[in-house]
Amino acid sequence: METGIDLQRSFVQLLQGVGLTPGLAHALWLPLPMVSVLTFATIWALVATWLERKVSAAVQQRIGPEYAGPLGMLIPIADVVKLLVKENVRPAKADRWLFALGPVVVVMAVLLAYIIVPFGHNLVITDLGVGIFLWIAISSIAPIGLLMAGYGSNNKYSLLGGLRAAAQSISYEVPLALAVLAVAMMSNSLSTIDIVEQQTGYGILGWNVWRQPVGFLIFWIAALAECERLPFDLPEAEEELVAGYQTEYTAVNFMLFYAGSYLNLVLSCLLVAVLYLGGWESPVSVAALAGWLGLSLENPLVQVTAGMLGITMTLLKAYFMLFLAILLRWTVPRVRIDQLLDLGWKFLLPVALANLLLTAALKLTFPGVFGG
Amino acid sequence: MTMIETRTEPMVINFGPHHPSMHGVLRLMVTLDGENVIDCEPVLGYLHRSMEKIAENRTVVQYLPYVTRWDYLATMFTEAITVNAPEKLADVPVPKRASYIRVIMLELSRIASHLLWLGPFLADVGAQTPFFYIFREREMVYDLFEAATGMRMMHNYFRVGGVAADLPYGWVDKCEDFCRYFLPKVDEYERLITDNPIFRKRVQGVGTLSREDAINWGMSGPMLRASGVKWDLRKVDHYECYDDFDWEVQWATDGDCFARYVVRLGEMRQSAKIILQALKGLPGGPYENLEAKRIASGPKSEWGGFDYQFISKKSSPTFKIPKGEHYVRVEAPKGELGVYLLGDDSVFPWRWKIRPPGFINLQVLPQLVRGMKVADIMAILGSIDIIMGEVDR
Repeated sequence: METGIDLQRSFVQLLQGVGLTPGLAHALWLPLPMVSVLTFATIWALVATWLERKVSAAVQQRIGPEYAGPLGMLIPIADVVKLLVKENVRPAKADRWLFALGPVVVVMAVLLAYIIVPFGHNLVITDLGVGIFLWIAISSIAPIGLLMAGYGSNNKYSLLGGLRAAAQSISYEVPLALAVLAVAMMSNSLSTIDIVEQQTGYGILGWNVWRQPVGFLIFWIAALAECERLPFDLPEAEEELVAGYQTEYTAVNFMLFYAGSYLNLVLSCLLVAVLYLGGWESPVSVAALAGWLGLSLENPLVQVTAGMLGITMTLLKAYFMLFLAILLRWTVPRVRIDQLLDLGWKFLLPVALANLLLTAALKLTFPGVFGG
Repeated sequence: MTMIETRTEPMVINFGPHHPSMHGVLRLMVTLDGENVIDCEPVLGYLHRSMEKIAENRTVVQYLPYVTRWDYLATMFTEAITVNAPEKLADVPVPKRASYIRVIMLELSRIASHLLWLGPFLADVGAQTPFFYIFREREMVYDLFEAATGMRMMHNYFRVGGVAADLPYGWVDKCEDFCRYFLPKVDEYERLITDNPIFRKRVQGVGTLSREDAINWGMSGPMLRASGVKWDLRKVDHYECYDDFDWEVQWATDGDCFARYVVRLGEMRQSAKIILQALKGLPGGPYENLEAKRIASGPKSEWGGFDYQFISKKSSPTFKIPKGEHYVRVEAPKGELGVYLLGDDSVFPWRWKIRPPGFINLQVLPQLVRGMKVADIMAILGSIDIIMGEVDR
């Protein structure tokens, strides 16, 4: 089967051509995708903060940042510089280790999950067999970091925020996992590559969102709750808990939380794109497009274009979801903790279970459409 | 009630005086059991500025610049009560035009105050955006104030016997434009907020105050009217010229935060209606009592004398507060704003007791939040609509 360009194979072959051993060539290749994804993920998160400011400004009939660079695009850089040079304050009675480790654990967990996000056939750090399951598993680590931060700060607001974060993420992980399970069931695989593969071929019509509309909504709601975005931003509810678990954090530690939350949001949006919006697939499939233009898929130019298009498409879809998340944040009020838990356990969970059951039934009835 | 055995110690947590949603410097000592509120004790006084004592060695005109600092969001009402109290005690008549101007200013101020209640209230339940929308209209109200009084917030516009200056040329048209612009904007808020399911869930059935409790706790204003008491001092006391206009008391029966929201939105509409009618029926004539007297007693009037001809000549006509005591009240946006005035036939009042609506309404807070969730404290506190400037005075 045609898999498009394979950068790793080309790179290794190139190095072997120069005379390196295969093992050394692979070792030289390893850091490249990691560093590039780390860099790009950070840039995407920075872009997300800029978008947050600009979109919220537009929603609120303001202008938003405009002097730092064109359209205020340098404002995230200014943020980072400011937070880097600020004094890192640790409250006198805070627990040294918990306080310092909390933000690190959060960011590490989020960044780790980026390894399974595919941008093309071979444009992924690692195509794990358990792919999407890995994300669900390690996204549960982040609340531990929040709890550590909340508990270690020696502040009652922080403690309440940390506890809320734990309760919230436990409640929403279940419907999230069930929604993902329905998708995995259709594609017969947990690998993110296979999940996208299964949606290809029919352009926009093949995307999972048409086959899993309920699952899509459940996933989106649960993902927002996992990212602690309004209407589910209870752990850091400004009007109630000042800043929740971040209350005592300053400078770099605060930046880690801040970056972590946006990295997590971008990650969730990317995964919505992968799971439900066809990943790197264009609305009109590349194969069909190439066929109309009379070009062969083996053509290197077509392959490079398709690869670039795949990355662009994934990002476009992800940023569309991000835009929705930002709009949502600046439109709706916040739910209360008991309403949040009710929604998670008494509504989303049964609906997700029913959705899973329905998917299984449909899969048995129409194996052609819902994955044999 | 059966208790689960593994209960933790209740946690005492301090909200305020600097907390994002304490509306200034209110401090609440809240006892929490997890997310449940066991008890709540408000601590006041962080903005206490001896407003009552200051009044005791100021003449009315000297004191007027202070009063806008009580309730700094409904400034016209504090001025109104400050001049109404001596006026009523000394039986100073107010010309019809002055009374109309006062009503217009008061209702504009009510709109401004309710707008700046709406934004923070929504922010308290987590929606930040309406905060920015309300400033759009509030700026216009303040522009109107600035045009008429020279100041946006601390107007110093009311005087014993009238107002400090007549409306400038073109102001009436501008004000009418504003009202016609404002009424659809209230509908816009309703479309944005009222039927939002999350908002409904957060405020409906939260902070319910029964009719009896509302009366027994001495509630006033929207707090009282939302609990099913049709009590509006503008209708009850017939002060100024409110009887000239066709308007209705806004009230609701549920007594929860949502009912208060509905009442306040309704009041904004009614205020705009009153202003439109007042602008249409605005009579001519003097805007101030001195001028009225001058006109009445012809060219040889003592009021036309040198001392009174130029504003700067004799800064404040010293007005003596006659001997006697009484209580005067107006319907401020937050409730019944009253002054208990003891005159001693002197230019200074002997005692100047303020009854701020926010202070009295705030008393009910601990009872309302007991047994609710942490997040409900903010919703309920927001719906009470307090301004610490007048609570602490």
